[in-house]
Amino acid sequence: MAPYASDDTTSGRRKAVRYVVPATVVGVAAATIGLVPALADSGDPDLPKITAQQLIEKIAASDVEQLSGTVKITTDLGLPDLGGLAGSLASAGGGAGGSKDGSSADPSARLTELASGTHTLRIAADGPDRQKVSLLEDAAEYSVIHDGTDVWGYDSASNEVYHSTAPQGADAHGKEHGKGGAEQAPTPKEFADQALKAVDGTTSVTVDGTVHVAGRDAYKLVVKPKDSASTVGAISIAVDAKTGLPLKFTLTPKSGGAAVVDAGFTQVHFAKPAASTFDFTPPKGAKVTEGDDADHSVAGKEKGGAALPGAAGLGGLDGLNVLGDGWGSIAAFDTGSGSGLPSASSGGDAGAFGDFLGSFGDKVTGTFGSGTVFKTRLVNALITDDGKVYAGAVTKDALVKAADTAAKK
Amino acid sequence: MSRADIAGVGVRVRRSWSLGLFAGEFTVTLRRWRTLALLAVLAAVPVLVGIAVKVESDGGSGGGSGGGDGGAGPAFMAQVTNNGLFLVFTALAATLPFFLPMAVGVVAGDAIAGEASAGTLRYLLVAPAGRTRLLLAKYVTTVAFCLLATLVVAVSALAVGALLFPLGDLTTISGTRITFGEGLARALLIALVVAASLLGVAALGLFVSTLTTSGIAAMATTVGLLTTVQIVDQIPQLHAIQPYLFPHYWLSFADLMREPVYWDDLQKNLGLQALYVAVFGSAAWARFTAKDITT
Repeated sequence: MAPYASDDTTSGRRKAVRYVVPATVVGVAAATIGLVPALADSGDPDLPKITAQQLIEKIAASDVEQLSGTVKITTDLGLPDLGGLAGSLASAGGGAGGSKDGSSADPSARLTELASGTHTLRIAADGPDRQKVSLLEDAAEYSVIHDGTDVWGYDSASNEVYHSTAPQGADAHGKEHGKGGAEQAPTPKEFADQALKAVDGTTSVTVDGTVHVAGRDAYKLVVKPKDSASTVGAISIAVDAKTGLPLKFTLTPKSGGAAVVDAGFTQVHFAKPAASTFDFTPPKGAKVTEGDDADHSVAGKEKGGAALPGAAGLGGLDGLNVLGDGWGSIAAFDTGSGSGLPSASSGGDAGAFGDFLGSFGDKVTGTFGSGTVFKTRLVNALITDDGKVYAGAVTKDALVKAADTAAKK
Repeated sequence: MSRADIAGVGVRVRRSWSLGLFAGEFTVTLRRWRTLALLAVLAAVPVLVGIAVKVESDGGSGGGSGGGDGGAGPAFMAQVTNNGLFLVFTALAATLPFFLPMAVGVVAGDAIAGEASAGTLRYLLVAPAGRTRLLLAKYVTTVAFCLLATLVVAVSALAVGALLFPLGDLTTISGTRITFGEGLARALLIALVVAASLLGVAALGLFVSTLTTSGIAAMATTVGLLTTVQIVDQIPQLHAIQPYLFPHYWLSFADLMREPVYWDDLQKNLGLQALYVAVFGSAAWARFTAKDITT
């Protein structure tokens, strides 16, 4: 009754042989997954040798105005994973500051997201007037669109829109720069000369071979601080050999390990993006928040793209001193509270929170007194018990030394 | 073995036989109360989601759907009140993680083991079709069910969305606008991608189905495996293996609503499904063509 049942004794081996098929499929798939990236990576492009000076000239001469592409940013500051905590702190701070109308489409609220983890951005630009940056999320997207005088932020997850107007000056400046650029701005060669001369004593700038980035041939420019106190190991910038556009930026800490910041194009096209990319009208029913003029700096920063995160925030603090220069510079300011971290003895929730925060840091002492050092893989900060803060991309010892020097004065 | 048995049969006869085999299998599957109940549950999900969103948006003061917690709920939830077409995407996002694969797992798990436990498998094999052919017909039936189940969700969601909410031009998640017609085309494309996302589970279920003669055991194992894999996909410490789990890129169908479409994860998803089909499909073939059929 079983016409297709195996009926001979020799078929036992042939039965087993059939399982070779799925096994082979698994093997081929594993080999493909393992080998293809390795094969794709092998062989750096063969480009004519150039000096660091020529490469910087190339960057300065770059006049890419139209492009679209995908950028992957990975940041690993070595912070403890405080995603939820940071969120609750931000909301608590927002409540105290009275900014109740905070919209999830507000660009400044979104910048902090980039400070940890891996993110995929899409970038499109068409001249100085039209740019778009989109942060890709799961089944949602956050876009900042600059179209002429309008700056829109659109958060598709919550269907919220943020709108502000771009300063007219920026456009005028852009055009002026375009026209009078030849007379006023330094030529790329002068710029490269000046840039190299400015950093000469503190920094080594070299061209370290070639790489493939986003399918394009690129030179690798490596910038290394000479200052031993710096926590920055090296900054490497991949520069497109044809257009001179920087394609990839990697910051590795001196302590080794994975890059602290790794941002680069995974795809890039230099064709004019479709005009509809920059057209935005708020969808029906979306909640629109009108931004005030103060947010122009944020829009500007997003456009610049290269601005250091946090630099603007530091600039806003009163009584900020910068000690030292170059890579070893340390930002110092007085919180004015006369005390360091709130401790349990000062009572209340703040005290408990201070103790909790203190548990992340290392206690240090010096001629300045004592304090707590908070370490990340790049930036270290010393908060002294008398309420002074020293922070910089320098080692712990350099911070203590700076505090000692300041105390002697 | 099976090849020798069908050697004398003409090509044309075989082809029509395959079609007939598939048509017969598909009709039998659709006639089962179990299958109809599964489809009814799937059709009910968009209705529930639609009514819930409608009730909440009517009750909520100010008309806006609570903007603060935009990340909560299935994807696209915030846009449903403004455009009924988004209910299709929301419903697919809500059913893809569990309801849809569960239904497919039940049908796929039942495919061979169900026949075996009902004692009908040997009669099917009496016909000069060969085991490979029968297995293929069973898999094609399951694939057709994947498509049917997805379309049931999508059509039900579109009907509910059109009844309860306005329709019209829509805004992609990238902020650009597309016409309603293009939106419909994208919805169809998304339904196809979602159906394709289920091919891996279908092949896995078919393989499990060849291992046992108990239909219930095969269904339970497939759905259990699905749940386990879904849980593993959520554990951060296991991130190294997650890109190889079949549900990992399922929600990438939402990338079709970006402008321009972001293909990376979609390609990974379809590639992964193809890999699962190749591995478990051939494993099912190896098992089924070599096993003793006694029931």
